[in-house]
Amino acid sequence: MGKWTRRGFISAGVIAGGGLIVGVAIRPGNRASELSKHVTDDDETLLHTWVKLDSNNVVTAIVPHSEMGQGVGTALAQMLADELDADWSLVKFEEAPAISEFANYPMAKGMLLAGADLPDFVVPTVDGVLILSAQALDLQITGGSASVRATGHYGMRVAGAAVKEMLRIAAAQAWHVPVDQVVARDSQLIHEETGRSEPYSAFAAAAAKMTPPASPALKRPDEFKIMGRDVQRHDLPSKVDGTAIFALDVRMPNMLYATVRRAPTFSGGVENIDDTVTRSIEGVVDVVQLPPAEVNALVGGFSSAESVAVVAEGYWQAKKGMDALNIQWRATENDAVSSDTIFAQFERDISAGVDRQSDASEGDLNASMTNAAKVIDADYRVPFLAHTCMEPLNATAVVEDGYCEIWIGCQSPLGFRQAVADSLGFEVENVTLNNCFMGGGFGRKSRADYAIQAAQLAAKVGRPVQLIWSREEDVRQDFYRPAVQSRFRGALDEVGNLTAWENTYAGKMEPAEAPLIPYTVAAKEIGYVASPTHVPLGAWRSVDHSQHGFFTESFIDEVAVAAGQDSYEYRAARLKHLPRQLAVLRKAATEAQWDIPLAPGRGRGIALQECFGSIVAEVVEVTVNDDNLSVDRVVAVIDAGYAVSPDGMKAQIESGIIYGLSAALYGEITIQDGAVVQSNFHDYPSVRMSKAPAIETHIINSGEAMGGAGEPGTPPIAPALANAIFNATGKRIRQLPIKNSVLNV
Amino acid sequence: MTLITVNGTEQKLQVDPATPLLWVLREQLELTGTKFGCGIAQCGACTVHINGVAMRSCVTPVSAVAGQNISTIEGLAPSPDELHPLQQAWIDEQVPQCGYCQSGQLMSAAALLAKNPSPSDGDIDDAMSGNICRCGMYSRIRKAIKLAAGVQQFDPALVDVGQGLTNG
Ligand code: FES
Ligand code: FES
Repeated sequence: MGKWTRRGFISAGVIAGGGLIVGVAIRPGNRASELSKHVTDDDETLLHTWVKLDSNNVVTAIVPHSEMGQGVGTALAQMLADELDADWSLVKFEEAPAISEFANYPMAKGMLLAGADLPDFVVPTVDGVLILSAQALDLQITGGSASVRATGHYGMRVAGAAVKEMLRIAAAQAWHVPVDQVVARDSQLIHEETGRSEPYSAFAAAAAKMTPPASPALKRPDEFKIMGRDVQRHDLPSKVDGTAIFALDVRMPNMLYATVRRAPTFSGGVENIDDTVTRSIEGVVDVVQLPPAEVNALVGGFSSAESVAVVAEGYWQAKKGMDALNIQWRATENDAVSSDTIFAQFERDISAGVDRQSDASEGDLNASMTNAAKVIDADYRVPFLAHTCMEPLNATAVVEDGYCEIWIGCQSPLGFRQAVADSLGFEVENVTLNNCFMGGGFGRKSRADYAIQAAQLAAKVGRPVQLIWSREEDVRQDFYRPAVQSRFRGALDEVGNLTAWENTYAGKMEPAEAPLIPYTVAAKEIGYVASPTHVPLGAWRSVDHSQHGFFTESFIDEVAVAAGQDSYEYRAARLKHLPRQLAVLRKAATEAQWDIPLAPGRGRGIALQECFGSIVAEVVEVTVNDDNLSVDRVVAVIDAGYAVSPDGMKAQIESGIIYGLSAALYGEITIQDGAVVQSNFHDYPSVRMSKAPAIETHIINSGEAMGGAGEPGTPPIAPALANAIFNATGKRIRQLPIKNSVLNV
Repeated sequence: MTLITVNGTEQKLQVDPATPLLWVLREQLELTGTKFGCGIAQCGACTVHINGVAMRSCVTPVSAVAGQNISTIEGLAPSPDELHPLQQAWIDEQVPQCGYCQSGQLMSAAALLAKNPSPSDGDIDDAMSGNICRCGMYSRIRKAIKLAAGVQQFDPALVDVGQGLTNG
C-alpha cells in the first residue's frame, strides 16, 4: 500500500451542544488506470471516518467496520486517539450506520491499488469486479483483515491528526500565542510558558468553524502513545453479563419467530409440500415458500434456491412445525454427486490439465526435472468446510408501508442493505439496517441469504419476524470453503537443493498469490484447473491460504526430508532474499527451542505463510502415544508491520490457530446424494478445552506496511501439525482432516 | 401453568410444557443472555444453573424444572454494581472475542468453582469441555478461571443449592 497519493478531504461541522464533528473523505489522487475507468467524477468523495468531540471532552470515533469478535473498534479508536493525543479514558467508539456516507472506501482502495489481497466477498476473480462493486455498492465490509491496515491507516489516523491541528490553532488564537507553542496532551491543550491549560472541548466550537488542514502530519512510530499499548476492549463488560445485544437478542412487540429449510441438494426447489400436520400445531402461524434469491450483490453468480419457512409464536413451535412438514424436493442433476465423485473429478481434471491456468512460471522446468538427482511426487486433499459461527444465522425484520427495518449481524452492512432492498423491490433509502454484535463471522456472514429470507417473511406475514436458522440448516446450507486437490512434483539435485517445483490444483478462489511459495527454486510452475462442482462456495477464514498453506508447507517439508536435511534449516536457507520471512521463521524456531531434541513419541513441525499482508510462522509440538495424538503446544510469531493492539493481535492469532486446528483435526463436510451429510457439532466437531494446546504468540514490529491479524493465524497450523506428526511418527498426513488417518484425535 | 424461579424471581408460565427452558428464558422472560448454539446439548451456549448445577437449557423441557431454582447469566453477579469474580477475571484476561459463547462458559465455570474452589487443569477440562468457543479462547478461559479461583468469595450457585434444598 502507499502507492497512491492521498488527496484527503476533511470537513468540519458543529454538533448539538457546541461540539465538533470532523469527517475525512478520500478521493483518488494518483488515478491508477483501472480505477479511472470507474471513478469518473473528479469531485467524488466518500466520507468514511467521523470523529465527534462533545462538550464533556469525550471523543467518539465512528467506525465503519463490523464487530465480529476481533476487537476492531478498539484498535481503530486507538489509532484515532493516538494521533489526537486524547486521554484514552475519554474515548468511545460506535459502529457507523449502514448508509453510504460511511462507506468503507479505503478498504477497496487499499486492496485495489496494492493489487494483492482481494477477498472473496469483494470479488470472485481478480478481474476488476472489485472496482465495479466498490463504485456501485459502496463498501462497508469487514474482511480481508483490512480494518486496521486500510481504514485505520488512511482514515482514523488522518482524522485524529486533523482534529488535533484544528484544536491547537483554535487555542493559539484564543490565547494569542503562536500555534507551535500550543501542546496537545491527554485531551488538554497546554501553553507551557503561561501555564494555561484547557480541555479540548473548550475549543470545539471555534475549531468547527475552521477549514481543516488538507494533510495533517502523522506521528512517527516512536511518538506513539496509545498505539502499540494493551488497552481493554470497550465491548467486553457487556459480553460477560449477558447484556451485549446480538441480532438473536432483538425483541420487538408482537414479534413472530420463524425457521427455514432449503433443498439439501442446494439447487432443488419444492416439488410438493404437505403442511397439514404443521398447520395444526399450536402456535404455528404460517408456512411460507420463499423464492430463490441472489444472495450477495457484491459477488456475481451466487444464488440460493427457494426455501420453505414456518412462522410461529415461538422458535420451538416453528421448529416443531418444520420437522412435521412433508416436503418433496425436486430432483436435480446433482443427486448422485458425492465427495468420492468430486475428488475423482478433481483427479481426472488435474491429470488431463485441460485449460490449465498458470499462477507462476519461472525457469526451465523440464530441464530441472530431467537433470534431477531425485524427483518426489505427492497428492494432497482437503475437504469442504462449513463455518459454524457460534451464533447461528438469524435476522429480525419489520416491513411496513414500503419501508423495511432489519436487525442482523453481518460483515457487509451496505451490501446487505442493498440486497434486502432489491429482494423487496424497494429503494435502498427505504431500508434501514442495524448491525448488531456478531457471534462470529469467519466469512459466512458476508452472504445475504438469511437477511433476504427474514425481510421477505416479514413482508409476507405483516408482523415483525425473527428468523432463526437451526444449526442443522447452518451446517447444510453454508457457502463452503472449497474442497481442493493439489498435485506436486519436486526435483532435487545431488546435494539436495530444490531445483524444480511443479504444482497443479483443482479449483481457485483468491487471493491469487495463495499457492505461491517464498522459497528460492531454479524452476517453478504453479497453476490450476477449474473443476467446478454444484457445492456453493464462500470465503472461509483466510480464504485460499487455508488450503494452500497446508499443501505447500507440507510439501516443502517432504522436500527437506527427501534432501535429508532439517526442515527448518532447509526453509531458512531458501529465504535469504526475504528478510522478514526469515526473521519470523527464525524467531519461531528459537522461541520453540527447535534445536533441543524431544523425547521419543514426541515431534515438532514448522510452517510459514504470508497472508493478507502479515507473515506468520508456527511451530507445533505433539505427542503420539499408541496412535493417540495430543497437540501440546503452539508457538506463533507474527510480523504484521506494527501491532496497534498487541494483546488484541495475540487473541486473534490464538483464535485463528484454534479455528484452523478444529479444521485440521476434525473438519469435514462430506457430500452424499448431492447433499451435505453432517448437521451439527456432534458430527462436525470443534476443538474443545481438553484438546486445546497451550499457545504462545510473539509479535515482531518490523515497521513495514500493516497487515491483518484476523486471518493469518489460521493457514500455518494444519501444515505445522502435519509436519510435527511426521516428525514424531514418520507418517505423512496428505489428507485432512486428521481424524480420518490412523491416528486417534 | 408452570412455576419456576429464575434469578430469585418466581415466574408463572403459560407454555407447552415440552418447550425447552432455553426458549422460555429467551422468549417469554426476555432473558436473552442465555444463547442458542446447537439445540442438542453439544455446545454449552445455553448453560444455566438448575439448583446450582450447570445444565443445558436447550434440552431441558420447562416441565422438568417446575418448582426449581434457575439462575442465568443475568443473575450471576452478586449485585447490579458488583461483578462475580469470574466476570471480573474474564475482563482482566480479556477473554471474549465475539462473546457469544461466554454466558455459557461463565455459567459452567461458576458451577465448577462452587463445587471445587481450586480446580486442577484436569478439573477445568472436565467441567468446561461441554462448552465450545468457536473463537478459540480456551487458554484465556483457563487462565481466567484460575485467576478467579484465587479470589472466589461469592457464588450464586451455592445460594441456589441452598434454596433448592429448602424448596424440597
Ligand atoms: S444450545 Fe444448548 S448445548 Fe448448544
Ligand atoms: S468468544 Fe466467540 S465463540 Fe467464544
